[in-house]
Amino acid sequence: MKALSRIYISLIVFFLYAPVLVMIAFSFNESASVWVFNGFSTKWYTGLLTDTIMLNALKHTLIIAILSATISTVIGTAAAVGITSLKNKFIKNSLMSVTQIPMMNADIVTGISLMLLFIFICKLIGLTESLGFVTVLIAHITFNLPYVILSVLPKLRQTDANLSEAALDLGCTPVQAFFKVVLPSIMTGIATGFIMAFTLSLDDFVISYFTCGHYQTLPIIIYNMTKKSVTPDAYALSTIIFVAIFILLILYNILQGKNEKTARKGYAK
Amino acid sequence: MKRKSLGNKLIACPYIVWSALFIVIPLLIMFYFALTDANGVFTLANLSDIGRYKKAFGISILYAAISTVITLLLAYPMAYFMTKLKVSNQRMLLMIVMIPMWMNFLIRTYSWITILANTGIVNTFLGKLGIGPLKLIYTPAAVILGMVYDFIPYMILPIYSVMSKIDNSLLEASEDLGSNAFNKFKKVIFPLSRPGIISGITMVFVPSVSTFYISQKLGGNKTMLIGDVIEYFFNLGPVYYNVASAISLVLMLLILLCMFVMNRFSDDDDGGVII
Repeated sequence: MKALSRIYISLIVFFLYAPVLVMIAFSFNESASVWVFNGFSTKWYTGLLTDTIMLNALKHTLIIAILSATISTVIGTAAAVGITSLKNKFIKNSLMSVTQIPMMNADIVTGISLMLLFIFICKLIGLTESLGFVTVLIAHITFNLPYVILSVLPKLRQTDANLSEAALDLGCTPVQAFFKVVLPSIMTGIATGFIMAFTLSLDDFVISYFTCGHYQTLPIIIYNMTKKSVTPDAYALSTIIFVAIFILLILYNILQGKNEKTARKGYAK
Repeated sequence: MKRKSLGNKLIACPYIVWSALFIVIPLLIMFYFALTDANGVFTLANLSDIGRYKKAFGISILYAAISTVITLLLAYPMAYFMTKLKVSNQRMLLMIVMIPMWMNFLIRTYSWITILANTGIVNTFLGKLGIGPLKLIYTPAAVILGMVYDFIPYMILPIYSVMSKIDNSLLEASEDLGSNAFNKFKKVIFPLSRPGIISGITMVFVPSVSTFYISQKLGGNKTMLIGDVIEYFFNLGPVYYNVASAISLVLMLLILLCMFVMNRFSDDDDGGVII
């Protein structure tokens, strides 16, 4: 049974990584083909460094990811706190249902409905160029918000309401009580929400595709590349992203492991 | 105390305004577009013509359903075997499953062309053995493979997360009460992992049924899925926005209906667990 499970896990992992391995291998191809391997070369990597379209797209992607993750984390955390303190069941439930919509809806529907809104508004105020930086940012914040809210809400439910009342009794203002008592206890939820928002934004293609106009992000550039015949530079770029994510995750994992160890030590004391 | 709860309510306001503006109103505008023609005159033609695309709808639902089932069959044992590993190995494997999710899915899909093409890796290998070349790319099977591949992490993760929380003492109890391996699975593991299965199915079915990239690349434009139809109309220009909105609207309602049926079909007490 154990051997069988090992084999099964290996097969699935192989399935998951086969295209990734192919991509990495062909990113070092000497020729411009992604079909036939002609020899080893790093020219596609050095070529990327001078590719202004690509570098610009990378910049756009990072700007949008950082801004949208930050803004949605602030608005979303505030919303989660607000929703928790709502007494009215009806308002609470309808707010939660609305929050679920972007998660449940197909990306293409979300993308199109936002695009129609942007075009509609721009017609109303008489702008000609309707899609661009602002619209992608708004779209990304919109699809990030539910993930932030849903990762903060459970943490808020776990925090003891008496704690912040105690803080108020001890002379804190409500704002102080929030920052000194509530915020630290929901911090892990906020961090999870931020990381999720950041990665979702980084990877989004469909919604950006309908809302970006000329403000092209990396997934859009890659889409345009795969419309024509792909050269290994797209693979090189993805390999770099893969390595970056890999290192980030390993670091995160080591940090988490350390945290858990110190936490355990703290309990032991 | 009064002041505090009032303040707490007020800080939800930015979100309430935001969700009204960018979640609710866009859907209403889509409704409006679906029910008007290019000049803004009310019409039901867009919706009544939807029958023209019933083939695309049918194929999309069929492909998405097949790939969801395959994904479930592949992912369920994976999630189960994962929970049997050492905790440190579990965490590592979890990362291994998640990393591809964070890579651009366009490129991952595209790599399959390199693998499956007539002169691709598989056929080169088969050719050395004296077989083939087989027709692998630009087939329905390739599209379904692409869907399974792209969305399988979304099935593994929720099932794993539910299964890893199953209390071991429950399994021991069922053994003590005389269950064999099959009954243990049927009576304990499967019912307890059902919420994970339901959310996995949702997270695989919805993107599969509405995808518009996988079919273009791996299906070679031969099979138009409904996502492709929508994208096609949007690229034709503003005159076609109304038709595209009508199709999107129907797609949205269809997905909601599928999900509603599935939630009914699943357990009543798990009904709330979707994501």
